[in-house]
Amino acid sequence: MEALISLLIGVLTAGGVYLCLRSHTFPVVLGLTLLSYAVNLFLFMMGRLVIGKPPIISESATGYADPVPQALVLTAIVISFAMTAFIIVLALKARTEMGNDHVDGKGVN
Amino acid sequence: MNHIVIAPLLLPLFTGIFLLLLREQRIYVKRLIAGASGIALITIAFKLLCQVSDGTILVYALSDWSAPYGITLVADRLAAWMVMTTSLLSIFALIYAMHGTDREGRHFHIMFQLQLFGLNGAFLTGDLFNLFVFFEVLLLASYSLLLHGGGRKRIRSGLHFVVINVVGSSLFLFAVGTLYGVLGTLNMADLAIKVAATPPENLVLVHSAGMLLFAVFALKAALLPFYLWLPSAYSQTSAPSAALFAIMTKVGAYSILRIYTLIFGDHAGPLANLLEGWLLPMALLTIIIGTFGLLGSKRLRQQVSYLVVISAGTLLTGFSLDSAAGIAAGLYYLPHTTFATAAMFLLADLISKRRGLMEDRLDAGYVITQQKFLGAVFFALAILASGLPPLSGFLGKFMLLQAALDHPAIVFIMGIVLLNGLLTVIGLARSGSLMFYEAHAVDKSTNTYYSQVSPEPLNVRELLPVFSLLGLCLAMTIGAGSLTEFTAKTAAQLLDTSAYIEAVLSKGAP
Repeated sequence: MEALISLLIGVLTAGGVYLCLRSHTFPVVLGLTLLSYAVNLFLFMMGRLVIGKPPIISESATGYADPVPQALVLTAIVISFAMTAFIIVLALKARTEMGNDHVDGKGVN
Repeated sequence: MNHIVIAPLLLPLFTGIFLLLLREQRIYVKRLIAGASGIALITIAFKLLCQVSDGTILVYALSDWSAPYGITLVADRLAAWMVMTTSLLSIFALIYAMHGTDREGRHFHIMFQLQLFGLNGAFLTGDLFNLFVFFEVLLLASYSLLLHGGGRKRIRSGLHFVVINVVGSSLFLFAVGTLYGVLGTLNMADLAIKVAATPPENLVLVHSAGMLLFAVFALKAALLPFYLWLPSAYSQTSAPSAALFAIMTKVGAYSILRIYTLIFGDHAGPLANLLEGWLLPMALLTIIIGTFGLLGSKRLRQQVSYLVVISAGTLLTGFSLDSAAGIAAGLYYLPHTTFATAAMFLLADLISKRRGLMEDRLDAGYVITQQKFLGAVFFALAILASGLPPLSGFLGKFMLLQAALDHPAIVFIMGIVLLNGLLTVIGLARSGSLMFYEAHAVDKSTNTYYSQVSPEPLNVRELLPVFSLLGLCLAMTIGAGSLTEFTAKTAAQLLDTSAYIEAVLSKGAP
């Protein structure tokens, strides 16, 4: 399970980095999204992989899942969602203003 | 509990929300509210500075959840000093914006307040994850301010700025996640204890997380390999935004100073002084590249952007000397360089508005209205920014070099800082003479060009911020004695991490 999750995070990050380096805004936006997926998963896993355990104190519990990463990842998801929404709007705006979706806006000095 | 610690956060947040409700109101109402809030912020920042100036560390536990479990805000001398600088800078950027910039879009004042919320939060937080959250708040507000007014070039440089900062935020989260996964805490005071006691098998992980954090902060502070976003973003945005952004690179410098004295400082056991050997060369190389950029600039605003890069390098040179004197000199230099570059951005806009199609291009244009007066102001600001005597820039650099005397790399530090001073003078003198001395007289009968130039008289809302920022630097020169005493005490407090740790963690004891 650990190996699978870390492989997943690695693949998402690699894909994200590759797409971020592309020259058009659409792949770049996708790349940033993949990166944020990877980092959210990573953050979530930092409380270790625990299955079927409560995150709050209960008398019958035999072990606990760490609640802090769950709170952190919730914050991170909200923030990355807002950032993605912003950057999509910005990319569309750049497309209309510059007439193409190249990140440097070909033909604009 | 002392609620003044959270006041610099709540005031701009509530003002921002309130302004959002007043969206449909006339601009005068919004200006009045934003201005009043700005003045109130200065009052609060001053009170906070007074309360911490005797060395107390004020700790504010939100909802009374004690550290390290709850979220804490910590106000020590350094944090109060940064909040004070921000509040002073912001009011003058705001006054300048009231001369028309805030009409170019509907949400300027709202974003401005949220930016202040993020800045003050980043300075006051005592928790690494909240540092990330406040970074995001200030960045999202800065994206809007950067793009305020629109236009092709602004959108293009804004796109680069946004993408690079979103990537930076991902790196920040990776670092934070690694630290939490290994050490199980994100409270800075608690981290300081836990890092020192890292088990040997996890040293590599904590080390890489520490360096990853450095990369993120270096990106915000515009250090050498990460500075490329700055010149185009700052030179394309509107003048008040650029002036306010003068403090944004200092957020990165502040974070480097805080994290690498508190968490990875002298007391961090095997990870002590993590940045030794990294920070100084990077800072010096940043100064060199910034100087080249300054000399090669084709536009005045681009040139001022490189001044920001140089100031980040100089500041971090001071912080990297690893001595109380170096940090103290850097902390004295910080408000000076912030005010000076902000005033330069505002003046560049003043000049560029009067040159019509020439804008801020560094070429001989036509004589502009009030040429002599603007030229004199430019001359004064150039002296200030390049660190010539008798103004505060000289004092800051002098103290910095004095602190570096015992450093093994003194030859490089002395050589680069002094040469940079000389070349900055040459670069700014060239711009000044191109714009003011070599300007041609206008033949109005044959020239259609002149109709493009606004002969608008100088307005008090334009001049007041520039002169006030200049005045602040003058006051820093006159009050240098007591200010350096304060920064020396700040540096001492910063290096004595046990007081900080004790203040934060004992606060939590039930």
